[in-house]
Amino acid sequence: MTQALLDVRGLNKRFGGLIATDDLSLALPEGELHALIGPNGAGKTTLVNQLVGALEHDSGSIMLAGAEIGHLPVWSRVLRGLARTFQITETLPEYTSRDTVMLAIQARSGHSFRFVGHARGDRAIRDEAAIYIEQVGLTQRADVPVGELAHGERKQLDLAAALACKPRVLLLDEPMAGLGTVESQQMVSLLASLKGHVTMLIVEHDMEAVFTLADRISVLVYGRLIAQGNVDDIKANEEVRTAYLGEGDV
Amino acid sequence: MTEQPVDFAATKPVNSPTGASAPVKVTLGLVVAALLVALPYLARGLGHDSFVGLVTQVLIYGIAALSLNLILGYGGMISFGHGAFFGVGAYVVAILYFHHADDSAFLDLVPGTDNLLITLPAAMLVAGILAAVIGAFSLRTGGVQFIMITLAFAQMLYFLFVSLKTYGGDDGLMMRRRDVLPFVDIWGDQTFYYLCLVAAAFWLGLTALIVRSRFGFVLSGLRQNEKRLAAFGFSPYPYKLAAFVIAGMGAGLAGALMVNYLRFASPDMLHWTKSGELMMMVILGGTGTLFGPLLGAAAIVLLEAVLTAQTEHWQLPLGIILLAVVLFSRGGLAALFRQLGLGRP
Repeated sequence: MTQALLDVRGLNKRFGGLIATDDLSLALPEGELHALIGPNGAGKTTLVNQLVGALEHDSGSIMLAGAEIGHLPVWSRVLRGLARTFQITETLPEYTSRDTVMLAIQARSGHSFRFVGHARGDRAIRDEAAIYIEQVGLTQRADVPVGELAHGERKQLDLAAALACKPRVLLLDEPMAGLGTVESQQMVSLLASLKGHVTMLIVEHDMEAVFTLADRISVLVYGRLIAQGNVDDIKANEEVRTAYLGEGDV
Repeated sequence: MTEQPVDFAATKPVNSPTGASAPVKVTLGLVVAALLVALPYLARGLGHDSFVGLVTQVLIYGIAALSLNLILGYGGMISFGHGAFFGVGAYVVAILYFHHADDSAFLDLVPGTDNLLITLPAAMLVAGILAAVIGAFSLRTGGVQFIMITLAFAQMLYFLFVSLKTYGGDDGLMMRRRDVLPFVDIWGDQTFYYLCLVAAAFWLGLTALIVRSRFGFVLSGLRQNEKRLAAFGFSPYPYKLAAFVIAGMGAGLAGALMVNYLRFASPDMLHWTKSGELMMMVILGGTGTLFGPLLGAAAIVLLEAVLTAQTEHWQLPLGIILLAVVLFSRGGLAALFRQLGLGRP
């Protein structure tokens, strides 16, 4: 296997007596769409938060393109190419979708200690933002304050903003959560269109979506990876069936 | 003031709530600017010379409120210690004057001066450095802790100046005359008024520029959701600190003008009640609006003048009026004007 783009080794995280992440190792080669599944409370979001730097891990290493990023703050990891979307979207309620995406582009266009000039009037950034907004299908609603957007639209915006960071690795924390059937299908086809262009780690409960999209799947139970493999491996895995999939229809 | 009408149209976001049309705003801005320029002559014509002094105070407090609004309104940093920068700016000028009159030197190092071209920048510089120090500590916290730490720093400085017997202690420090400007005599109230008008227009223009810039775009975003901006790759701390320093410098400028106007610096200028008064101006005028702080400063200074003439218990009616405006306008005077179709966001 070639050098993994995102390489997590021996990651551990405890909250008092609770082991949230248990000696977890995970490697994502460039271009892979990797799904992380597991029952509620398995520590999926905790893992994402450690990867992006919102939570400090106890031990282990997180390497991005061969460089250790495990002790950098959130913003610094983003600038190095690790972006995320949120399970519960974080929004700028007074800004529009266009503003939000423009801000994401501005973040990677050098420092923002510029006190003159009209930020919203920057042609280059504005045009680039329009592309990401178009990509997620929000063009019609681009100038509506985010506070007035519906849940599904916020999910779309969250993805557009994450893509606007031009990440090398994108962590998607339940992109389908709370979406209706039609919206889910749109999100799946959107993610499918991104596949190969950006390396993705998707945390998701929607098994149908996971089995459609994923190149490989990792199964997390009580903070520990119990299985890893392609869709067929995971479907066939006995341990996974009892621990997780057996609980519902596959 | 000539750039003000331009800003009316230029800073308006594409999708702003519908208010008055651009020509109405430009006209309104021109009328207000013209009135302010003509004010000394109007006041004299109407036999109310003292009105010029009152509006001078409005302009000075307006600068302080504008500067506070940058961090409170746009940046979402609820600083309860803004009076510290106002007071320190005043003391820098007064102390420099004291040593000038005394022919001595501050700490036996810095000679005094009464040249406004030196004292104003010096006041802004010292206030800015102080803001950098206070900001560096307090911005590591947030929420209620931030309010309390900024308050604590301001009160520490208040007690420092109370205890400085050399500079008058709690009696304050008098200036026999105002500072001087080369070629312009600001000893007269009318020229001093124009100086303050220029300073207020300058700070308003500066604020308008900052707010629409990339920096302002980030600052307003940080108020709305810091976590969101961190996930874009912005490190919140340096941006907040820079805004805090700019705000401190603005308050320092206001303090330097106020001590020249009153020819008196006192520890009361750093007291928490002064910080509270500045906050009231911002909130009453409309937080996060460009012109709100000026409206708020005007409302409070003028109301105070009117009410103190009526009753010595003037604070009660003032409080009731403040409550009424804040409760019923939902966004201060700026919102009230907007609802009347006059103002701008």
